[in-house]
Order: sequence, then structure tokens, then C-alpha cells
Amino acid sequence: MAGQLSRRQLLGTLGGLGTTALAAGFVPLAFHEAGAAETGPKRQWAMVIDLRKCDGCKDCTEACQEVHHLPKSFEWIKVFEVEDKQGGSFFMPRPCFQCENAPCLRVCPVAATYKDDEGIVLVDQERCIGCRMCMAACPYGARYFNYSDPPIAPNPFQHATPEFPVPQQKGTVGKCMFCVHRTDNGELPACLEACGMQAIWIGDMVQDVATNGTETVRLSRLIKDNDATRYKEELGTGPRVYYIAGHGQHLEA
Amino acid sequence: MDRRTLALYRERATWSIGHGDKKFWVSLFVLSSLVAAGVYAYVYQVQRGLWVTGLNQKVSWGFYIINCVFFIGISYGGAMTSAILRLTNAKWRAPLTRIAEATAVAALFVGAVYPIIDLGRPDRIIYLLQFPQVGSPVVWDLVAISTYMVASLVFLYLPLIPDLATTRDSLRPGLLRRIYGMLALGWRGLPSQERALRRGIGIMAVLIIPLAISVHSVLAWLFAVTVRGGWHSTIFAPLFVLAAMLSGVAAVIIVVAVFRKVYGLQQFITTKHFRYLSYLLIALGMGYLYFMVSEYLTEAYVLEESTAPVLEAIFTGSYAPAFWSFTILGLVFPLALAALPGRLTIARACTASALVIAGMWLKRFLIVVPGMAEPIMPWDWGRYAPTWVEITITIGSAAAIPLILIVFFRFFPVMSVHEMEEVEGAVERSGGLAPAYGGGGDD
Repeated sequence: MAGQLSRRQLLGTLGGLGTTALAAGFVPLAFHEAGAAETGPKRQWAMVIDLRKCDGCKDCTEACQEVHHLPKSFEWIKVFEVEDKQGGSFFMPRPCFQCENAPCLRVCPVAATYKDDEGIVLVDQERCIGCRMCMAACPYGARYFNYSDPPIAPNPFQHATPEFPVPQQKGTVGKCMFCVHRTDNGELPACLEACGMQAIWIGDMVQDVATNGTETVRLSRLIKDNDATRYKEELGTGPRVYYIAGHGQHLEA
Repeated sequence: MDRRTLALYRERATWSIGHGDKKFWVSLFVLSSLVAAGVYAYVYQVQRGLWVTGLNQKVSWGFYIINCVFFIGISYGGAMTSAILRLTNAKWRAPLTRIAEATAVAALFVGAVYPIIDLGRPDRIIYLLQFPQVGSPVVWDLVAISTYMVASLVFLYLPLIPDLATTRDSLRPGLLRRIYGMLALGWRGLPSQERALRRGIGIMAVLIIPLAISVHSVLAWLFAVTVRGGWHSTIFAPLFVLAAMLSGVAAVIIVVAVFRKVYGLQQFITTKHFRYLSYLLIALGMGYLYFMVSEYLTEAYVLEESTAPVLEAIFTGSYAPAFWSFTILGLVFPLALAALPGRLTIARACTASALVIAGMWLKRFLIVVPGMAEPIMPWDWGRYAPTWVEITITIGSAAAIPLILIVFFRFFPVMSVHEMEEVEGAVERSGGLAPAYGGGGDD
């Protein structure tokens, strides 16, 4: 069963491959600092979304809402229908891009939003004052403001944490965090697990592996071989989400 | 000005102190009711949450941010007009400075409340002091606005000191006299005191200008540091500063006209004053038009992917009615009206100013809302329509400005008596120091 594939298991088997890829000098994807694999954080999360496979069913959105006990209007992973230049259309799911140079981080007046050492942008809802400056700064609309109280949610944790902010707090901002509460326990993100098309891949840039729940491949090869691109890359935000576009699919439609 | 006119001036300037006629009480009641309605709407919002507003996931800034920029902008006119007139030693300023400075303070307090109204968690506002992240434009705003607030209070207070002393001396011994006495800081009109005061006012007149510029620059950077089309613009800071001064001078014209009429100051505030203020209005308006053309021309010529939808929406799309109303009725027409040959009447100056003020509010709307609603993910326009909560708070806050002013002038002279005496040479000079406030570099 795909969902039960443990990350530890996955990384254990494929760690060697990652090292090879780094040695082979795949620079664009290699973790920036030399020797980071040994001394730095163990993982740097990335996501690859295969637009050729996405059929726009929004199962990912619903799974996300269920896991985080979110109302329907909260689409932390939102599926956009995009018109391509041939007059057809395709679907584009947008999670948070966990930007390396995240514009939302700098503008927060109280440092309520921060990046953990695995590259995930988190929000401390105990700190957030609800000014929504981060929402203005995010070029991808990935942040959501809790205008009202969230639906009452059973909380498996004693207290909501930035890694698992359930239930959401009224008057504060929330967003996708690649389900770190699950990946930390060797589980895959909820959206990935829910995707019947295996269109979503979660990857680790340090070990250079990626999985969509059924297959496990080298992340750098997945990106390179499929000419994966990042949305609005020219802004310099350094998104950690890659899109594999099919024929006629163009993200800047 | 002869002795008799000066005496009449004193009488008119202090007429409103402690004076409560029917007009005053009716105004007080009406304005307080409007403010109370606004406060009620805010309490309603705090109890329920921001969902009671028209704000949503896409357009998460709306009326509150617009009003913040708008009212702080209004406060500029007062501060800058008064500072510039003092620095250039324009003698005709004397009857105007008090009204201008008081308007500046009133509008500033109203504008500064808006970021708090906009907060999702106002109970955590103290975090801004506990955990400030200096890289955030919100923190820059906090620092700039609070500094400017203190400065504009001092700028209002300093020239008031001699007038406070005069009021103190006219009162019978008692609590009121003691309060005025404390506020007057022992002013007795000694040459050394006159010297210190001139110096203090001179310093404040110089300081208030960069402070005012800094406030509106950081307000502009709130938008300009983002990557949104229509916001990420290098001209935003000077554009905001000019917009603020333009709307501020327009507001001064209207406030002065109203107090002139209601408080019977016609003999001292004349068409000449409105003509001079209109010159300022025209110059600032032309400057603003120039900045605006420069901004839109360069953006529309290149038409980058991120700005194209916003410009299209503003020029020809759903925001076009607002944009063209602003450009024609809120900028070009009022400027022409003020600049037209022939005798400028006060009514004409006021009409032009009212149109400019309405136009500048619309312009802020056209900056904030399309910038928020624009499809940052392609194909995804947002919508925004305010609810009664935002509208009631907006009306209440606008009413708060005249309310603050009429209450203020019930306790303090509406025109500066001391300043007029000084300009008219009625104040004894000590060894030929500076000719007037802020003038001359020798002290």
C-alpha cells in the first residue's frame, strides 16, 4: 500500500543513489552549501507535480481539508484550471511552494512565520497578529486567513503546533506545510496519498529521492528528464515545487 | 493691522473657548453619534471576527488599509502647509496655522487607528513591541507613524503655549486656571522665553517635513516591497507623499472654510488665503499628475505579464469607471477649476478641494483593491465589496475629525493670537533676533 511506504525505509534504500547524483554534479538541485549532506540538515523537502496526469478531481484538496480540519474555502492545495494556448485546458494544483527566498517571511512584523531546517515555511499561530502582510507578499496566493472560527476539530495533539496547526486559530494565517506532521513520522503528505493519478511527488533534495507513493526515483532525474519548471521562477523566490508540463501545457498561459 | 483690529482678532480667536451655543451642541451630538456607530461596528467586528467585513482570501486588504493611507495623507496637509509657511516666513499664515496643525493631529490619530482595526488579533498588538522584526514594513510603519505622531503633537503644542498663558490669565483662580497654568509651562512672555519658543518652533518646522515624508514613504513600501503588479513600483514612495500633500492641502482648504464661516473669522481669513492655498493645491496636483503619468506610461508601454491585467482592469475593465472618475473629476477638473482665470471664490476653492479629496480616496482604492484582486495565479480575479461594518466604521472615523476639532477649539483659540501679534510686531523683541517664527538662521 503506497501510503504506508515509510520515508525512512525509502531514504534508507535510496540514499546511495542520492550521493551518486551529488557527486555527478547535478548542481541546480544540489543543496547549496558544500558538505551540507554531512553536517547540515538531513532533508530538504521539494515537490514535483505532474500536470500531464492531474485530472482536476480535487481529491488532494479534500484530503488536505480533512487532515487539517479546514473549511471548504481553505484550499491550501488549490487546483486551478488553466487554459492552454491551443484552446484546451489543463489542471494545476498549487500547494505552498516553500520558497527558498520566501517573500512572506521577511514582511512578517512579529516573526510569526519562519522556515524550519528542512526548508518548510511554517506559521506560529500563537504569535501571528493577523495583519495579513504575508498574504499581500505571497506571489502565489498560498496563504489563507481565518476570518472566522474553524470547524471544531478533534485534535490528536495536546496543543496545536506550527507543524500541525489543528484547529486553526481565528484571526491568524494558515498555509500548506507539506504535512510535516506526517513526514516526520514517516508518512506521506495527505494530498499525495489521496491522488489517484500519482501526479504528486514528494522529494528530498539532500538524499535526492522522490516518491509518488508507488514509484521511487531520483529527484534530480525526475526534474531533469521531464524538463520540470517552477512557476514564476523569474521572481527569484526559489520555489521548491516543480511542475512537469505536457504537450501544449504552458504555465504562463 | 491697527490696535482695534488686533483686539477684534483676539476676540474672534478666543471666542469659541468655553462657548457652547446650540450649533455647537447639535454638532457635538450628531458627530458623536456617528463616531459611536463606528465604535459599535468595530466592537461587533471584534466579537465575531473579520468575516463580518467584505474581506476574503483573495482581497485581504480593503477599506481599512485604504482609510489608513487616506487619513494619514489628510494629516499631511496640515503639518506640511504649516511647516512650509513657517519656514518661508509667509506672514499671511498667522490665522491659518492653528487650524492646519489641529487638523493634522486629528486626522493622524484617526488614520493611525486603522491598522489596529484591520488586525485579526488586536489583542496581540503588544507583540509588535515584544517581537519586532525590523525587516518588516509593518514595523517601519509603526516606528514612523508613532514618531510623526509625537512630532505633530509637539508642533501643535509649542505655538499654543503663549495662547494657553493668555487663557490662564483670563480665568478666575480655580481648577481650570491651574490646568491651563500647567499646560502653559509658566509662560510669561519673557524675551528668553520668546527666544526659546521661536527656536523650538523653528526646529519642529524643519523636522516635521522629513518625518512626514518618511511616514508616507513607508506606507508606500507596504505595497511596493511586494511582487504584485501595480504595487512593485519604484515611484510609489514619492507618489504617496505627493498624494498625501495634495489631499492634505485640499482638506485644509475645506476645514479652514468651514471654521471661517461658523466661527465668524471672515475678516481675518480672506479670499487671499484661499487663493494662496489654491496655488499650493494646483502645484501639488500638477506634480501628482506628472508622477502618475510617469508611472502608468512606463508600465503600460512594457506591459509586463504581472502588471498587464491590473492596467487593463483600471483603464478599460471593471475598475475603469472609478479610475476615469478619479482622473477627470478628481484631478484634472478640480485643478482647472482652481486655476481658471477670474476671481477665485471660496466656494470654487472648496468645490475643487472636495473633488480632490474624494478623488484621492478613490485613487487609494484603485491602488489597494485591484492590486489585491489581480490574478497573481493566472485566471483568478478576486472580488471585494465592503459590508455595513466597514462603511459604518469609515463614516464614524471621518466624523471623528470634526468632532476632535470642535472639542479642541472649545478649549483652545481657533487662531493663534500670539503668532498674529508677533507677525504684526506687537510682541516686544529682544535685541533684534529672528524676525518671526522659523525665519532667519541667526538663532
